[in-house]
Amino acid sequence: MIALGLEGSANKIGIGLISHPSSNKPPIVLSNLRHTYVSPPGEGFLPKDTAIHHRAWVVRLIKQAVRQAGVKIEDIDCICYTKGPGMGAPLQSVAVAARTLSLLWGKPLVGVNHCVGHIEMGRAITNASNPVVLYVSGGNTQVIAYSAQRYRIFGETLDIAIGNCIDRFARTLMIPNDPFPGYNVEQLAKKGKNLVDIPYAVKGMDCSFSGILAAADILAHSTNEALPDGKRLKTEDGEIVTREDLCFSLQETVFAMLVEITERAMAHVGSKQVLVVGGVGSNERLQQMMGMMARDRGGTVFATDERFCIDNGIMIAHAGLLEYKTGITTSLEDSTCTQRFRTDEVFVGWRD
Amino acid sequence: MAPSADIAIEPIAPIEPPAPLAPLHALPPPFTDSNLEVLTQGAEALVYKTTFLTPATPCVVKYRPPKPYRHPTLDKRLTKTRLLAEARVLVRCRKEGVGVPGVLAGDWDNGWLVLEWIEGMTVRKVLDEWADKVKRGDKKEGDDEMLGVMRKVGRAVGRLHDIGVCHGDLTTSNLMLRQPSSSTEHASPLFQHRGHQTVSAMREAAMDGADGSEPSPPQPQSELDGDIILIDFGLVSQTIQDEDRAVDLYVLERAFSATHPAAEPLFQKILTSYGESFKGAKTVLRRLEDVRLRGRKRSMLG
Repeated sequence: MIALGLEGSANKIGIGLISHPSSNKPPIVLSNLRHTYVSPPGEGFLPKDTAIHHRAWVVRLIKQAVRQAGVKIEDIDCICYTKGPGMGAPLQSVAVAARTLSLLWGKPLVGVNHCVGHIEMGRAITNASNPVVLYVSGGNTQVIAYSAQRYRIFGETLDIAIGNCIDRFARTLMIPNDPFPGYNVEQLAKKGKNLVDIPYAVKGMDCSFSGILAAADILAHSTNEALPDGKRLKTEDGEIVTREDLCFSLQETVFAMLVEITERAMAHVGSKQVLVVGGVGSNERLQQMMGMMARDRGGTVFATDERFCIDNGIMIAHAGLLEYKTGITTSLEDSTCTQRFRTDEVFVGWRD
Repeated sequence: MAPSADIAIEPIAPIEPPAPLAPLHALPPPFTDSNLEVLTQGAEALVYKTTFLTPATPCVVKYRPPKPYRHPTLDKRLTKTRLLAEARVLVRCRKEGVGVPGVLAGDWDNGWLVLEWIEGMTVRKVLDEWADKVKRGDKKEGDDEMLGVMRKVGRAVGRLHDIGVCHGDLTTSNLMLRQPSSSTEHASPLFQHRGHQTVSAMREAAMDGADGSEPSPPQPQSELDGDIILIDFGLVSQTIQDEDRAVDLYVLERAFSATHPAAEPLFQKILTSYGESFKGAKTVLRRLEDVRLRGRKRSMLG
């Protein structure tokens, strides 16, 4: 069976075609295309501009994806699109495209939860059977474990997402948004060496990032190179704190929080596998820290690369096709999208 | 039709873990490997049974090993604040007469805390064994003896909340029923002086006597007669907010229903006794209704 997936919940539009051969064979990626809307340094992507970007690219990407996959339209079984969660305007523009295709080609629609898409794609390409999932991206921060037909949220952020925290910090420091802010922060952090005190906010299995962002932003202003030497932020040893040091400190602190809540969830459910998905999951330092934690618990860490970590159409196609095979489709009247759509609202009928 | 542009997914292998720095179960001095029994490995700490000062004094060592994934400075800061918070609350509870293990020693630089050994079993185990007996027909559901235990649990939690402490992880595994004899005969020599009773302890004693709903005729001492001891204060917070207290109770309720299917009437007993345990407990119970409705999470709808 073949599915076309359309994803556009944030600043990336992703189109993917996946084929599920007969059972017990791994799925085949036929095409996986993505285009990113990049805003200028110091600015985030606004919903309106992002939606315009998606509308401008959707037709081109679909045509190219179908051509690259080498399939005929009649071979496609269903059209899968992101129902939520995400930004309203970009979601709507992609949902309109999905409905149009569905009517044009006479194919059923499947609305997919973005988070479930990430989880299922991560499981499929790492072969992790039943991991604790850490889903970290610009809009979501959740620790998830599967139990009784649902992906249950064990811990999550109480305010903003981790990626949002890092992105907005990058804006304060005027770090470029290309290819994505988190990547540039990671590169700067590699050169940092002094750890600055930043709040650490873990509460049980939940965490909070807004206070950390506020604190980091205040610190960022006192690392401005235009300031006279006396006003610059210094370490205890009198060394001047650089931008690189701040990026390093922020990463060390927030990632330690993530690893801690993941470890707590692992201890709670007695699992030995961790799967890291979402855009922030492509950070090598986070993967390394997670590896050290898992080693001490006798477990393993699964992570994906940027093709599947960062939002893409293939994951929507994959999760949608899994759902389609259990006999579930979304009628045209119900093919809405929503900014709020919790991971545990989805009935996972395709797992035992 | 066979797709022409197959890109079969190569499974991405798990991340190669970095080489370990130190063997796991290695406690810093003065502890040695001999005479060390692993109790649990939580997310935060490793818990062992060993002896302290004299070979005849059993104790619990709660060791927070340095987390290799954390920056050493951050790790030191966190270990110190958490260990001290836990120790301070335990000392305070003890002073106020709440049943908790006593703190014998601690070292925040090396991350260990030595606690009094509690002889007995967890309430979870008590419930499990009870369920077995009920199944075999030896005991009946909702027996007075079991209700007595639940009453003690409710009161112990009430006392804890009364002094402005919320446990943070109140499950049946973190509640212990002390072996009845141990509190009088074989109590740890370090804690034998129970001379000065606090006002609250006296009040508790008075309530014990005043509670007429469960007549307690002189019985042969049962294994369920011991005191309730609260353990594992790793997530403790000092707060007097109804919300936090209600969440504590909600966590306990969930733990009950998850591990013991027929627990409903038993938990009701806990709530009744909790409601009588301190001024303000009734408002907490009303708040619990709200917490139940919303679950642990806000629904994020609308």
